Amino acid sequence: MTVAFKKIPLYFVAILLLVFTGYPFLYMISTALKDQSGFFEKPFSLFSSFKLENFTAVFEMGLTRYFLNSLLVSTVAVLAVMLIASLASYPLSRMKFKFNRILFLLFISGMMLPIHATLIPIFKLSESMGVYDTLLALLGPYIAFSLPISIFILTQFMQEIPKSLEEAAKIDGCTHFGIFWRVVLPMLTPALMTVLIYNFIHLWNEFIFALVLISSPESMTLPLGLQDFKGEFSVNVPGLMAALTLASLPILVVYLFSQEKVVKGLAGGSVKE
Amino acid sequence: METQLARAKTVSKSTSKLSSKTLKNVLTISLFIAPALIVYIVYVLYPIVSTFIYSLYDWDGSSAGTFVGLHNYLNLLGDSIFWTSLTNNTWVVLTSVFVQIPLGLIMALMLFAPIKGIRFFSSVYFFPFLMSTVAIGLLWVFMYDPINGVINKFINLFGFENIAWLSEANTALIAVLIVVVWQFAPFYMILFKAAIVGIPEELYEAANIDGANALRKFFHITLPLLMPTIVSSSILAIVGSLKAFDIFYVMTGGGPNHGTELLGTYMFKQAFINFNMGYASAIAFVMFFIALVVTILILIMDFYRKKKGAY
Repeated sequence: MTVAFKKIPLYFVAILLLVFTGYPFLYMISTALKDQSGFFEKPFSLFSSFKLENFTAVFEMGLTRYFLNSLLVSTVAVLAVMLIASLASYPLSRMKFKFNRILFLLFISGMMLPIHATLIPIFKLSESMGVYDTLLALLGPYIAFSLPISIFILTQFMQEIPKSLEEAAKIDGCTHFGIFWRVVLPMLTPALMTVLIYNFIHLWNEFIFALVLISSPESMTLPLGLQDFKGEFSVNVPGLMAALTLASLPILVVYLFSQEKVVKGLAGGSVKE
Repeated sequence: METQLARAKTVSKSTSKLSSKTLKNVLTISLFIAPALIVYIVYVLYPIVSTFIYSLYDWDGSSAGTFVGLHNYLNLLGDSIFWTSLTNNTWVVLTSVFVQIPLGLIMALMLFAPIKGIRFFSSVYFFPFLMSTVAIGLLWVFMYDPINGVINKFINLFGFENIAWLSEANTALIAVLIVVVWQFAPFYMILFKAAIVGIPEELYEAANIDGANALRKFFHITLPLLMPTIVSSSILAIVGSLKAFDIFYVMTGGGPNHGTELLGTYMFKQAFINFNMGYASAIAFVMFFIALVVTILILIMDFYRKKKGAY
C-alpha cells in the first residue's frame, strides 16, 4: 500500500511528460479529421469527428509531388553518402599516412559548421551550373553536409574491426580495394544502417537549402511545400493539419516498426551499444 | 668491387621498389578519399572562403560588386538588429543548456522509474524529435493562435486572458523557445538513457546496503557518472543553437519587430530578400567565426581534460 502510494508522484511526472510530448500530435490528428465548421464550433475537442475530406484535398493540392521529390532526393543523396563516406573512412581509420589526422579533423569539423556560411556561394554555384530550382541543386549540398557525421560514425566503427582480418586478406594477395569490398564493407552493415537512418531523416526534414535553392512548386520538397501550404491554408486550419499529419506519418510509421534502430540511428553514433 | 657494385644495385633496386610502393599507396589512399574530398571542397570549404571574399564587397548578387574592405563588418558593429540577433542566439544557447538538457535528463530518468507502461511512455516521449521542424513550427503556430489556439484555452483555465503569443514582443521569444525545448529534449533523453544503462548496477547495490535514499543515490552516483554525457550534450546544444534557423523562420520570421531575430534569419533576409549579399556574407562569416572559436575552445578543453586523465 505505501509502496503504491509512493509511486503516485512518479506516475504524475510520467503522465505530465506524456501530455507535453504527445498532446500536440493528438491535437494535430484530431483537428485534421474535422471540417472547417466543426473546427470553429469545437476547436479543442479531441476526436469529435472523423472526416477524411481534408486528406483528399491535400493530395489534390500537390502533396504527392512534394512527397516524391523528398523521397527521390533524400534516397539518392543518402546512397551516395553511404558509398563515398565508407570509401573515405577506410584509409582514414585503417591506414597510416601523413595527412590522415588533419583530413579527418577537416571532415568532422563540418559538424560544427553553420550552413549559413556556405549559402550564398552554393546559391551562386547552382545558378552557374544551371541546376538552380531543380532537385539536382540539392544533391551536392545534401551529400556534402552529410559527410562529416557519416565519416565520424564509420571511422569509429571501422577502427574496431580487427587488423588481423585484412592482414590475412593481404597475404592472400588482396588489394586495398579488394579488402575494402570483400572484408570491411560487409562488416560495416550496422554502422551503415546508422548512417542511413540518421541522414535520411535529416534530409527528409531539411529546410534551408531547399528554401534557398528551389522556388517553383514542381521541384519543392516536403518541408518547403508545407511552408507553402501555410499561405493557402491560412484560414483552413484542419486542411493544414491534414497536410502536417501526412507529412509526419512516414517517419512515425517507420519509427513504430523499428524503434530501436531509429533511436540508435538518430543518436548518430553518440550512443554505443 | 664487384660485390660493392652488386650491393649498390640491390640498394637502389630496393629503394626504387620502396618508392614505387609508397607511390602506389598514395595513389590508393587518394582514390579512396578523392570522391568525398572533392564534394567537400566544392560545397563546404570553397564556399566558406568565398563567403569571406563576398563579405568584403558591397554587392547585390547579380551585378559586379564594389570592394569595400572591412566596411560591412564595421557596419555590423553599429547595427542594433545584429546585436539583438546575437542576444537572441545566446538565449537559445542558454535555454538549450539549462532547460532542454535537464528536461532530457528527467525524461531519461523516468524511463528507469519503477512504474508500468515504460515502453509506451518512452515511445511517445521520442515523437517530437521525428517530426520535421517546418511541420512542428506550423503546428505550434496554430496552437499559439490568439483566438482559436489551444494554449490560450489552457491558460484561460487558470483565469488568464488570451495572449497573442507570437506577435507580442515580450512573449514571442519565450513561445518559440518552448517549442525548441519540446523538439530537442527527446534527443538528450536518448543520450542520457544510454549513459544511465552504462552505470554498473553494483554501485547502486552498494549504496542500498549503506542505506542511501534515492536522492543521495542520484547526486552521489548517477549525476557524477553522467558528467561526461552532460558535457558532450552541452557541446551539441551550443553548436546546434548557433545554427538555429528553421523553427524561428517558420514561426515568426524573426518578428515581431526583430524580437525573435537570429543571426541565421537576419542573414537570410539580408541575402535573399534585401539582396544585400555582401552584408549578408559578413553576417554569415561572423556565424562561421563564432562556431570556429567555440570548436577550438572545445578542442582545447578536451585536450586538457585528456591530459589530466579525467573521464
